[in-house]
Amino acid sequence: MTAAPTLPLPDSVDAVIALLATQSYVCDRRLATALYLSLKLQRPLFLEGEPGVGKTELGKVLAQALDTLLLRVQCYEGLDVAQTAYEWNVARQMMEIRLAEAVHDTDRERLVHTLYSHEMLIERPLLAALTQTQSPVLLIDELDRADEPFDAFLLEVLAEHQITVPELGTIRASAPPITIITSNRTREIHDALKRRCLYHWVDFPSLERELEIVRLKAPGAADRLYLQVVEFVQRMRTLDLFKAPGVAETIDWTNALVALNAMRLDPTTVHDTLGVLLKYQDDIVKLQSGDTAKLLDELRARALLD
Amino acid sequence: MNCARGRFSIDFMISENIVHFARVLRGAGLTVGPDRVLQAMAAVEAVGLDRRDDVHAALSAVMIDRHEQQPLFDAAFATFWRDPKLLEQLMLLLLPKISGRGEKVQPPRSNRLQEALSPPRLPASAKDERAAKDELQFDAEFTFSERERLQHADFETMTTAEFEQAKKLAEQIPLPIAPVRRRRHEAASRGRLDLRATMLRMARSPQTLTPAFTRARSELPTIVVLLDISGSMDRYSRVFLHYVHGLTRRHPHVHTLTFGTRLTNITRCLKDRDPDVALKRADEQVEDWKGGTRIASCLAQFNQLWARRLLAGNAAVLLLTDGLDRDERGHLAEAAAHLRRMAHQIVWLNPLLRFDGFEPRAAGVRALLPNVDRFLPVHNLASLADLGRALRAPASNNKYSATK
Repeated sequence: MTAAPTLPLPDSVDAVIALLATQSYVCDRRLATALYLSLKLQRPLFLEGEPGVGKTELGKVLAQALDTLLLRVQCYEGLDVAQTAYEWNVARQMMEIRLAEAVHDTDRERLVHTLYSHEMLIERPLLAALTQTQSPVLLIDELDRADEPFDAFLLEVLAEHQITVPELGTIRASAPPITIITSNRTREIHDALKRRCLYHWVDFPSLERELEIVRLKAPGAADRLYLQVVEFVQRMRTLDLFKAPGVAETIDWTNALVALNAMRLDPTTVHDTLGVLLKYQDDIVKLQSGDTAKLLDELRARALLD
Repeated sequence: MNCARGRFSIDFMISENIVHFARVLRGAGLTVGPDRVLQAMAAVEAVGLDRRDDVHAALSAVMIDRHEQQPLFDAAFATFWRDPKLLEQLMLLLLPKISGRGEKVQPPRSNRLQEALSPPRLPASAKDERAAKDELQFDAEFTFSERERLQHADFETMTTAEFEQAKKLAEQIPLPIAPVRRRRHEAASRGRLDLRATMLRMARSPQTLTPAFTRARSELPTIVVLLDISGSMDRYSRVFLHYVHGLTRRHPHVHTLTFGTRLTNITRCLKDRDPDVALKRADEQVEDWKGGTRIASCLAQFNQLWARRLLAGNAAVLLLTDGLDRDERGHLAEAAAHLRRMAHQIVWLNPLLRFDGFEPRAAGVRALLPNVDRFLPVHNLASLADLGRALRAPASNNKYSATK
């Protein structure tokens, strides 16, 4: 094992929940257990789930709660080593050659040595994650958007906490990073990579938990409105929608309703603000052509709406 | 890693139970290797044994790696950690394969296997040679008797020679899908200047300056095959299945879903090298062979459940159907239009319709046609050879809508 990180890490599942609560991140016990294990066993945590359930947020919040550096890799197709790990500072290398020429330095061995030294590397997030004195949080966001060669490249970093630069050798982590990988599952990530991680599927939260989250993240609404909003969204998720709204959408919607000074849900307000919740035209049409009224009726039947 | 070969303070019984539990999961089809067992022990040690839900969460974080496995894991956990013996007995009853991992599951009873097991016969090898000759000149001619045999042979029970021929055919059949340009670069003789490589060359031979270049790589996109296996496609779906098996063997990213009255993902079945085993497994998984067709509902279901997972990164959809929809409830045009928006290209291979003077009369065909990029009628298809010929033929005006 490499040198233990100097970070004060939580020592139980409850401590993890408490730690995240300090940054107003509400998480269920299963996610907390997975995160606790990931910290304890120094394994990357692989989070999969629908968009807008707080996967990326967890990485950000964790870095804040532990008061450490957050290094983020936003994935996209064609991502390569030069953009994520390191790049040779070619301009500096050329300058070095010119300088050597100017002073008629003909010691080629030494020149090559200077050209390919650690100082000539430009650090990108993955390499930077290995060279910190204190364990940083490394957030690899939306890995499913990168192409497969990138998965393969990550294996070494994730499993061994090291990067091999062909010209220079292997760079090992001084303080192993806390790695969080998120994916929206637009493609299956290779088993070899998943095998090196702890896996957790982030589900939509339960009614109580979502209420708690919305109250924390969208303050200022009437108590009754929170309940109506969350009940409405939870029911909406059971409909046959192309893309069910995530927690992020619930928060946005509550904020929107507050901004419109809505005190309670009514058909016109819902109709006008559906675009905040649903991002597919088909879904919006489906809701507008009857389902909204049905959901509001259900709320009324449960005496949540007058 | 601290967990790989550590001393575990949890008592022996628990570790033994975890090993057994892992065996049970393995038997149920989860890929739980020894590394995960060690992980699991470390994980259980870390969370402690005080709370059952913590142990559950810990083991699940270590032992599963896709969401679909969760219900299976939950069920196994619930039963196993109440009474390990009970579950094992249950599993023994349900899945005979977990008792002896050495023996191969369901031996394929094919002609090829029997041939392989029986002593070699001279006539057979002579036939092989003849077949090999035929293969070489397959393009030019395909002797009548051979073709006749292939046409009528059930693909499941082919002899080695016939099988070799079919395999060759499946490999020769070109893909009707064009490569796409990726954003990833590869070394090339001209293109964008690669400073890092240039600098390396300079370091190797300082007297010269030979610039290195890269250029965007172009490769085949992910191919998603939607195969109609309804009654009206009966004659063709098996040929197509062989073709798709060949594709799956040759290209790394081929996903296959069959549809008739329901949608079934058979990608994993087709990954088996042996076509007999692969097709047999597919057979077992698909429940709606030769049934009715509900294209609209199946396409809508595909859009809902699979499209976002499979169609990322300029994927191409290969639609193999006759377009005869018997779906009263669905809206085929809508589903097809939705699919069109998600896929980079849609190629429709239709075995029933001829291109020249073809009039789309069936409502299903009319709904699908405006939403495909390439329409290839593979008329009168009875064998892989015909499919090859049809796909190799110059793609006459591809887009049907353009000729209207």
